[in-house]
Amino acid sequence: VHGPRELHQNPLRKIWMPRTSNGLPQRPITQRRVCMTNCPTLIVTVGLPARGKTYISKKLTRYLNWIGVPTKVFNVGQYRRECVKIYKSFEFFRPDNEEGLKIRRQCATTALNDVREYLSVEGGQVAVFDATNTTRERRATIMKFAEQNGFKVFFVESVCEDPDVIAENIVQVKLDSPDYIHTDTEEAVEDFMKRIKCYESSYQPLDENLDKELSYIKVIDVGRRYLVNRVLDHIQSRIVYYLMNIHITPRSIYLSRHGESDLNIKGRIGGDSGLSDRGREYAMKLRKYIQEQNIKELKVWTSQMKRTIQTAESLGVPYEQWKALNEIDAGMCEEMMYEEIQKNFPVEFALRDQDKYRYRYPKGESYEDLVQRLEPVIMELERQENVLVICHQAVMRCLLAYFLDKTADELPYLQCPLHTVLKLTPVAYGCKVESIYLGVDSVNTHRNRPENVMAQRSTEDALQTVPAHF
Amino acid sequence: MKVVKCYISSDHLPFENWHTHTHTHTHHKKCSSVPQFCNSPTMLVMVGLPARGKTYISKKLTRYLNWIGVPTKVFNVGQYRRQAVTTYKNFEFFKPDNEEAMKIRKACASAALKDVATYFSKEQGQVAVFDATNTTRERRAIILSFANERGYKSFVDFLSQQVKFGSPDYADRDCEEAMVDFIQRIDCYRASYMPIDDEKDRNLSYIKIFDVGSRYLVNRVQDHIQSRIVYYLMNIHVTPRSIYLSRHGESELNLLGRIGGDSGLSPRGQKYANALATFITNQNINDLKVWTSHMKRTIQTAETLAVPYEQWKALNEIDAGVCEEMTYEEIQEHFPEEFALRDQDKYRYRYPKGESYEDLVQRLEPVIMELERQENVLVVCHQAVMRCLLAYFLDKPAGELPYLRCPLHTVLKLTPVAYGCKVESFYLNVEAVNTHRDRPGVSEQLLSLSDPLTRIQSTYPSSLMHLQRYFPHIRTYAKTFIFIVYGHIIKKESHKISKAHILLFVFDRAKCLSS
Repeated sequence: VHGPRELHQNPLRKIWMPRTSNGLPQRPITQRRVCMTNCPTLIVTVGLPARGKTYISKKLTRYLNWIGVPTKVFNVGQYRRECVKIYKSFEFFRPDNEEGLKIRRQCATTALNDVREYLSVEGGQVAVFDATNTTRERRATIMKFAEQNGFKVFFVESVCEDPDVIAENIVQVKLDSPDYIHTDTEEAVEDFMKRIKCYESSYQPLDENLDKELSYIKVIDVGRRYLVNRVLDHIQSRIVYYLMNIHITPRSIYLSRHGESDLNIKGRIGGDSGLSDRGREYAMKLRKYIQEQNIKELKVWTSQMKRTIQTAESLGVPYEQWKALNEIDAGMCEEMMYEEIQKNFPVEFALRDQDKYRYRYPKGESYEDLVQRLEPVIMELERQENVLVICHQAVMRCLLAYFLDKTADELPYLQCPLHTVLKLTPVAYGCKVESIYLGVDSVNTHRNRPENVMAQRSTEDALQTVPAHF
Repeated sequence: MKVVKCYISSDHLPFENWHTHTHTHTHHKKCSSVPQFCNSPTMLVMVGLPARGKTYISKKLTRYLNWIGVPTKVFNVGQYRRQAVTTYKNFEFFKPDNEEAMKIRKACASAALKDVATYFSKEQGQVAVFDATNTTRERRAIILSFANERGYKSFVDFLSQQVKFGSPDYADRDCEEAMVDFIQRIDCYRASYMPIDDEKDRNLSYIKIFDVGSRYLVNRVQDHIQSRIVYYLMNIHVTPRSIYLSRHGESELNLLGRIGGDSGLSPRGQKYANALATFITNQNINDLKVWTSHMKRTIQTAETLAVPYEQWKALNEIDAGVCEEMTYEEIQEHFPEEFALRDQDKYRYRYPKGESYEDLVQRLEPVIMELERQENVLVVCHQAVMRCLLAYFLDKPAGELPYLRCPLHTVLKLTPVAYGCKVESFYLNVEAVNTHRDRPGVSEQLLSLSDPLTRIQSTYPSSLMHLQRYFPHIRTYAKTFIFIVYGHIIKKESHKISKAHILLFVFDRAKCLSS
């Protein structure tokens, strides 16, 4: 047995990696965030129009990207719109429309080529092929494509016969589609129903017997029932768990930070201090706001730090403490001012500005670690209905990034000021955000990325964007 | 509302938890790191012909739920029957026309249900697993109405595929005879067997498991705990495999008796890593995955194996907060109250600005889930982490978990077998310090160790503490003394050595020598 390779700690991420002669890692050392499948995965949606395939595709993609799995949606309908500039009517989708079929087949092929590009060349891990894929023949083509390229295939079928759900779907997302932009509502609905009919006759749902070798989940009646077959690996198991926890019941999620704390006033990060006078005032205003909102069965969550609990206490309602909602651990920099961090750890301070998402405080955490820690919170938020989460700046940024589909680079710079409630309401394919400032003054704790992020920069350059404090 | 940090509470000790001084709030009493996801208790009802794996799943699921902090218990009706009818004669007992037997079986089911009610109302149980065939709609209706009346949620777990053979009823029968009888027993159920019907039972919450776990039908999952149960059931498998648990090799800080930190391996630690590599090669394991933490000492250990490995931050050692890199003596000196609190409830005690074992379990849950999915895995981790993982596999309760023995330079090989786990311990013959600190007052156990060197090393931490109680002037210079005596010079300290201490160790040495 030979001697071990020398270890070297990456200064930004604080991860120990073996050092080889040419300085590059010899063997891929994986950092476990999510299972690093060697095979990319192709998720294939199946179902008639207006069954929520695009909704599921986008939501799943948002979730996977947030937990660190590079994922992208390939919506064949979009390819079709690019090809056939103007949508005339449902006739395009008639099963006997030869020209229509040719174009649709071509669009699917183009989309698959882009999938190949994304998964094999661009470093994508999961591609979601969002189309009806209602015939066994079409699915066989896709599977052949996947096999040739070494991708795993996982089908997500949505089956729904509830006319109310379908109608609601059409109103929420179809009427605003570019296809119907120049059509009045009644006409659009009628046309769309006829479009669905075109698919119905040739629809071959995934079959328990004929398709028993395939890996799939069949979502029935918007999640009342699921049929899961042959989950092959970690990522598929996570996808199944996620799909089984989401719902479409209307609800709102309220995100707020704790009231201003004593350490906030002093410009110090982290710690476990109590609320300042203004923080307490905010808590009272928050109580009033919540009462006025008249929210049905609101759940309130806090972290296990004093300042969020004090804020929740003022609301006069039951609340649950989650350790996972604790603020990012600044390790050796806990309770320091930015000026002190610059003085004592100027290199660390610069590294943080270079890559704030991946930067891990010495003996502390990174935003990347935070996301991992918050995943169960997100999962439970998906399960719940109306929830108020009282948390902290970095934590709130991570949660917000999930709901608003922000990238890792944007995440650490999202604006989450004190004394402001963000009300998130899912709508169509995304999330509506309302920002409510409750009128209580506070310090600003948001530090923008300075221009100069080099380690040798001057103190002045480093502290250029530090917000004012007492 | 004043928020105070209290060290004393009515139920759990919230060492690092903020408690509110109020009696008016009816919010959950336990401020833990686990969200309170169960409000009403849940009854998990197993359904399936004999030999479908119901008891296997019941026990495994119970072990998992208890480990993540959801008090769960199995109620196996067959066990009630065995107590009622002390000798099992043959399958005739199960014939549908055997009225007397029917009466007994019904009574057993009722007794079990009664115990479920007691478990929920008096013993703070959260989930009860009702393990019986429950193959008729009639029987299920009784159970479900029992649950509904009392406000329990119910979730049915339906297993349809024959997976194994074996039961305590046949312990002293010859195999073939037992097999024949068992098959006839199953036939008794078959006539009245009514599987869960997707139409008729569409308002029930249930999961159907087909084809030994490659296919699932999940209907109406109501809440978080049911969703977790479904996720767990979908991730477990029965493919034979082994899980190897090992700590990193002895580290520099281990040698200094310091906890936590991120030091590298000592020379003996490196020797262990080499020995581990040889051991693993000789085990000839099929497709082994190797996992480490993000800490240098586990990574250095894995590096020596010369195989790809994955780093998990979740496998990092327990964060000792302000006590990081201290010796136990220093903790005693600087934070005597904290030290005492830890001994009072080591599982729930959270280091100031650090973690508790309870927090560790929460952090390790995704690791366990992935271990369930995987096959052969070697996990190179740390003492507290290994204790948590071991407690999961060996079904150890929270009280025992923090005191499980996970010595350095020893590999534990866990192989699932029957309803539990076989453990094989491999000491790879490379010496190391002992880092185990027993529950205070258990030093008698240590005197039973045969090897005198080990005994002295083992008694060192606790006997010193013991001594300090009676001889407060004794400092930790004894460390120097011990290591001089046994030739391990780590640090020379120029302090006085207490006479009493010398005597004790000489006495001990004499004892060893004489034995």
